[in-house]
Amino acid sequence: MSTVVIDQVSRWFGNVVAVNDVSMTIGPGVTGLLGPNGAGKSTLIAMMAGFLAPSAGSVTIDGEPTWRNEQIYRRLGLVPEREGMYDVVTGRELVLANARLHLLPDPEAAAARAVATVDMEAAQDREISTYSKGMKQRIKMATALVHDPSVLLLDEPFNGMDPRQRLHLMELLHRMADDGRTVLFSSHILEEVEQLAGSIEVMVAGRHAASGDFREIRRLMTERPHQYTIRSSDDRALAAALMAHGSTSGVELREAALHVRAADRAAFVHVLPLLARNHDVRLYEVAPADESLESVFSYLVER
Amino acid sequence: MNATVARLTVRGLLGRRRALLLLVLPLVLVGMAAVVRVVAGADDGTAVGLVGGFGLGTIVPLVALLAGTGSIGPEIDDGSIVYLLSKPISRFTILVSKLATAVVVALALGALPLAAAMLVLADSPGALVVPYLLGAAAACTAYAALFLCLAVVTRNAVIVGLLYAIVWETTVAGFVPGAQNLSVRQWSLGLTEALLGADADRFGVTAAVAASTGGALLVALTVAATYHGARRLQTLPLTSAE
Repeated sequence: MSTVVIDQVSRWFGNVVAVNDVSMTIGPGVTGLLGPNGAGKSTLIAMMAGFLAPSAGSVTIDGEPTWRNEQIYRRLGLVPEREGMYDVVTGRELVLANARLHLLPDPEAAAARAVATVDMEAAQDREISTYSKGMKQRIKMATALVHDPSVLLLDEPFNGMDPRQRLHLMELLHRMADDGRTVLFSSHILEEVEQLAGSIEVMVAGRHAASGDFREIRRLMTERPHQYTIRSSDDRALAAALMAHGSTSGVELREAALHVRAADRAAFVHVLPLLARNHDVRLYEVAPADESLESVFSYLVER
Repeated sequence: MNATVARLTVRGLLGRRRALLLLVLPLVLVGMAAVVRVVAGADDGTAVGLVGGFGLGTIVPLVALLAGTGSIGPEIDDGSIVYLLSKPISRFTILVSKLATAVVVALALGALPLAAAMLVLADSPGALVVPYLLGAAAACTAYAALFLCLAVVTRNAVIVGLLYAIVWETTVAGFVPGAQNLSVRQWSLGLTEALLGADADRFGVTAAVAASTGGALLVALTVAATYHGARRLQTLPLTSAE
């Protein structure tokens, strides 16, 4: 059992702050690191994996720093996001080489076990350059597992996977977690994290925006005020009716449309057609605005 | 020294397309020597000019450049170096293992073909082959260490290395004799000159630096480049976000 502790970590590149004063503790089980692209997830994982020095703060695994400490790799496995691998060798050779590099007592057996774990026995003697994206991902996984690490870090592991491969990897990660390992993976897709992670850490724009299990994160995301853009036969009458009702916290007439901020989303969507009918207003268009992941996340930060 | 690192490095070096270039360069040198031999016959002066000038001045640095940068540069570029660095092996061991591989490849494809070309073309190979082989071997080692270090430090190692080997050592040093004091080629030529002994004058071999100075500088460069390369490898920033 291992615990990764990130303590007031910041990392900047010149004038750009990639990670801003982040503290989190990651224990056994599956943890999802969720955030839009460019939120600093990869930078944080690079620091956890000892490939980048924190500009401030510290990253430790069971009390040992990860930066400039090669011994940490005895208990740490990393699945990088980048595709770069030793393409000219076969899958089995690469996993075996990794086992040897870990100075394992029986590298052959360890490699065979890891290849079996990721279900790549059939293709293990083909050159990596002939592999599909999903196969490459599985071989990467095998290289990270070959020394039986207690901490496994995966950077965007589901990128480019088809649903079946996705399911397979999810099962595998669950199995790792059931063995008592600390598994952390990053993703920018809420559904992936929701299906897999026991706990979720949300990062936005370099900051640690939220933390908890997926229900809490879901609640935070659905309970935020929702924006709607409405076009109707009489925007002003509808605006007045909506403001009179408690579900709406603000309206604005702009660009020939009505912009509504709904405090209570469920009540709002229920009452909107009723109000329109009662006031003889015809609705032409009701569109939720800013539903993109980025805006959902940035709400969490501004909260 | 780690055998697995060395093996992966060899696969990377010889499995990629640049391996072809690595094989072509020595073939060009030996081929030219053979053609000149057939056309003009064996001659010491021509041998010293072609093998000592073109071989030691161009082929050896180019082979060492390809071997030195190629044994780590592509891995840093495509990110696969992460598989070596995420292991409980010191970065110094990784660098030395890669350097050893690069030196062996440079010796096999640079120094040995140079000796072969000398053997083909020289009229008195008994006097010339060994001094040139040892000089070229020393040059291969120092160049490989320098270019390997360069590949850790900069992504443009091949260009910087070419500028050094071609522009500085050949062109600048041709016009500004002082520049020859800072030239791996001249340092190793100093060794060759000393090994030739009294024959050096007869063959017209003169180096800008004495063998003792050249030898010391070659060792110093090799050690310094290895140390610095390992230091930089320890703090090589790797982020997949790039």
